[in-house]
Amino acid sequence: MDLTKLTQMQKDVLREIGNIGAGNAATSMSQLVNRKIEMDVPAVNIVSYDEMMELIGGPEAVVVALLFRIKGDAPGTVYFILSLEEADALIKEITNNAALSVHNDDELAASVLQEAGNIVTGAYLSALADFTNITMQPSVPYLSIDMAGAILTVGLLEISQVADYALIIDAKMNTAYQANQIKGNFLFIPDPDSFSKLFAALGVTYDV
Amino acid sequence: MMSKLVSSSTVVKVGIADLNVTKAPNKIRTSGLGSCVGAVIYDERKQVAGLAHVLLPDSKLARQDNFNHYKYADTAIPILVDQLVDLGARRNLLKAKVAGGAQMFQFSSGTDLMRIGPRNVEAVLEKLEQLSIPVLASDVGGHAGRTIEFDIQTSQLKIRTVNKGEAFI
Repeated sequence: MDLTKLTQMQKDVLREIGNIGAGNAATSMSQLVNRKIEMDVPAVNIVSYDEMMELIGGPEAVVVALLFRIKGDAPGTVYFILSLEEADALIKEITNNAALSVHNDDELAASVLQEAGNIVTGAYLSALADFTNITMQPSVPYLSIDMAGAILTVGLLEISQVADYALIIDAKMNTAYQANQIKGNFLFIPDPDSFSKLFAALGVTYDV
Repeated sequence: MMSKLVSSSTVVKVGIADLNVTKAPNKIRTSGLGSCVGAVIYDERKQVAGLAHVLLPDSKLARQDNFNHYKYADTAIPILVDQLVDLGARRNLLKAKVAGGAQMFQFSSGTDLMRIGPRNVEAVLEKLEQLSIPVLASDVGGHAGRTIEFDIQTSQLKIRTVNKGEAFI
């Protein structure tokens, strides 16, 4: 498999896949925090392992990551990634409790994040599943607060057996105004065997 | 004329599924090791060291024709040793320090791949044993990411984690 040989058409299809999921995820996030959340047009990045880490600030950047393994017809890994500050802003927004913080290793803070991740990822995947007719179920959320490099390599393990690149559908989440920004990166990394299913569902040939 | 009294020492960086070798006074470093294992191999007297950032244990896992040999423990370690010898290290006097192999997420179930950290550690140690390279220190397992930097002049391996700060082995 050579992901670097994907055609523009195939990349557009993958971007559209990201778009569908991201729009729904943004809507559910808006409802969760009761304010407007916008989603940037997703980017389809075919990146080396090291470039992947740079996408979210370099291998040593400390991030709050929720990982979901996707089961079903098109397995893969989804990450919902926030900075420490963004995670705290999100927790505060949901709970109205400014004392709750990921910095304190608080169990309640962790479960608020996991639940938020559940809702947003569920929305992302259900939109995608409806559109493609592919069943995709998320696992329970797995939380880790650590270096980006250490966290993201987990999502590389499947694809690393067939390629030296990863294909990432990256959607950035933004609040409409500056104060207490809640931003997030939504990364979908399909497993290698899932590409043919995703393309077939959208009527694009795939012979990479 | 001013002479260059300050010897310039640089930190040689090693990426994921990559390896590199260098000489003192340079240091060698890799960032954000999770389930990956950083294997440092060095010749103390010759002041030569190398570092491999191993992603997977065994090249038999590869489903590629032309795979990156730096990615797997069983292929990366022998290449690292050869490169060290080319740089002046003596094969029979090499020593090693090893760090990484964490489990970043507490998966309740899942494939073998999800428990890759311990398998990476095992594969690296096995390969080093096969090559008769003694492991003088290691900091492996756990659930935290590590950034490691080897100082060739002192043979100290600095290990930084997010919560516990810096330690030397």
